[in-house]
Amino acid sequence: MKHTGVMLAVVAFASAATAAEIAPQDVVFEGGAVAGSLTGVPGDPASGRKIFLNRKKGNCLACHANADLADQPFHGEVGPPLDGVADRLSEAEIRGILVNSKMTFEDTIMPAFYRDEGFNRPLEKFKGKTILTAQEVEDVVAYLLTLGE
Amino acid sequence: MRTVTTLLAASALLLGAGAAVADDHDRIEIDGVVLTLRAPAPAYLENMDEVMSGWLFRSEETQALQLDDFDNPAFVFLDQAMDDWSRVEGSEGKSCASCHEDLSGFAGLKTVLPRVVDGGLQTMEDIINAERVNRMGAEPLKYDSAAMNRMVALIGLQSRGMPMNVAVDGDAAPFWEQGRELYYTRVGQLDMACANCHEDNYGNMIRADRLSQGQINGFPVYRLKNAKLNSVHGRFKGCMKNIRATPYKPGSEEFKALELYVASRGNGLSVETPSVRN
Ligand code: HEC
Ligand code: HEC
Ligand code: HEC
Repeated sequence: MKHTGVMLAVVAFASAATAAEIAPQDVVFEGGAVAGSLTGVPGDPASGRKIFLNRKKGNCLACHANADLADQPFHGEVGPPLDGVADRLSEAEIRGILVNSKMTFEDTIMPAFYRDEGFNRPLEKFKGKTILTAQEVEDVVAYLLTLGE
Repeated sequence: MRTVTTLLAASALLLGAGAAVADDHDRIEIDGVVLTLRAPAPAYLENMDEVMSGWLFRSEETQALQLDDFDNPAFVFLDQAMDDWSRVEGSEGKSCASCHEDLSGFAGLKTVLPRVVDGGLQTMEDIINAERVNRMGAEPLKYDSAAMNRMVALIGLQSRGMPMNVAVDGDAAPFWEQGRELYYTRVGQLDMACANCHEDNYGNMIRADRLSQGQINGFPVYRLKNAKLNSVHGRFKGCMKNIRATPYKPGSEEFKALELYVASRGNGLSVETPSVRN
């Protein structure tokens, strides 16, 4: 039982960190765009790049080709290539598309990456969960902003 | 050796990963039987002009395995099903072979399944279990099991080359509507419907896989991925889990209705059982 104190401290710290985050249902859209950071912590593009690839996280490559990842096999064709996306879209637009793409593209196949309710028959282990955490969304936003001229 | 001829534009087999879907393949021939790979979409498919076999979307290597029954790994399981066919089981001391002289009398059966019997949908699995229970006094097989899937494949093979032709109207209509609803309903954390992938995006790569129309005329299919025969409901379950949705149970009313609807989307395509996929 020696570790209990440490555990409690960690839990308290974690919930303090989440308190600073904007919860999925509190995200404010202007049209399809989301202006402010979800966390206040700058996104890490290197982490965002990994999430883009990771099949259990963003898995963005499943649907989007991306020349920056030319070393990776199997670029999807379901969505448009994301080359030069930073020249086409603003940070707020990109964030909005990641949080809930249906606010920008009605009826899209692209999943909402920061939404945790309103799903039909989600698998038990994903119930009440978002696909990406708020910070992971910020990391992917930061990464996409590097895909410009 | 049985002859394998690829009819029409055999030289234009360009389906390697990354290549475009070959548009010039209409038919293949396996063991002297011609299979139709493309057919005009039935009128009730509002968003599609043509229905296409899943074979067309696979790599050249995978396609080749289905062209010759000696290369097709599914036939190992069909041999096992032949053994099951003549094995005595149950309280009546009978095997399937005790009453059925041969299997060829089942030609055409797969093309009309699922169908409505006594107010409910009947699948091939239901027929096989009814035969076991009512005529042999044997235990039913688990709905999605190796022994069931190979017997479903053996009886399905008798219809190879015949066009799928399930009924969608009359007393099938409410079940078909239910299946249609399921096909277009978004489910799971990824919030997608079958149609998002298999109607809106067939022909497109989704990571390493080229999306097909999700047809079931070739089921049960041998998959290289798991080296066994895969049932229709097993495949539905897999697709639902991939989009992080709680699947319906194999043998459930929902999956039977979905099976009827998906089968109807392939009306006009040849029965291809047992097909080979990755
Ligand atoms: C299941 C396929 C799918 C996945 C997975 C997916 N997207 Fe998309 N995405 C699309 C489609 C399709 C569109 C085009 C919008 C539409 O018409 O539906 C799109 C559009 C976009 C756009 C707008 C592009 C432009 O030029 O207008 C961005 C940015 C984007 N996606 C980023 C991502 C990122 C980042 C991920 C991973 C976190 C991702 N997408 C995952 C299918 C997908
Ligand atoms: C006791 C005899 C008997 C046994 C044992 C038996 N059947 Fe049958 N089976 C019949 C009869 C009788 C019919 C109906 C006659 C007909 O329509 O041809 C039938 C019909 C069928 C049908 C066609 C159903 C339809 O609606 O068209 C299939 C398929 C079938 N049997 C498979 C099997 C299989 C597989 C086994 C072994 C697991 C088996 N049978 C065992 C007697 C038997
Ligand atoms: C995220 C996209 C996606 C969704 C949504 C999806 N599937 Fe699939 N499905 C696939 C992929 C990928 C494959 C393997 C390649 C192919 O045949 O399309 C596949 C294969 C299949 C096959 C096998 C086809 C063959 O020829 O062997 C069937 C049948 C099928 N899906 C039915 C369904 C049904 C029914 C649903 C809805 C419950 C569904 N799928 C939802 C992606 C999807």
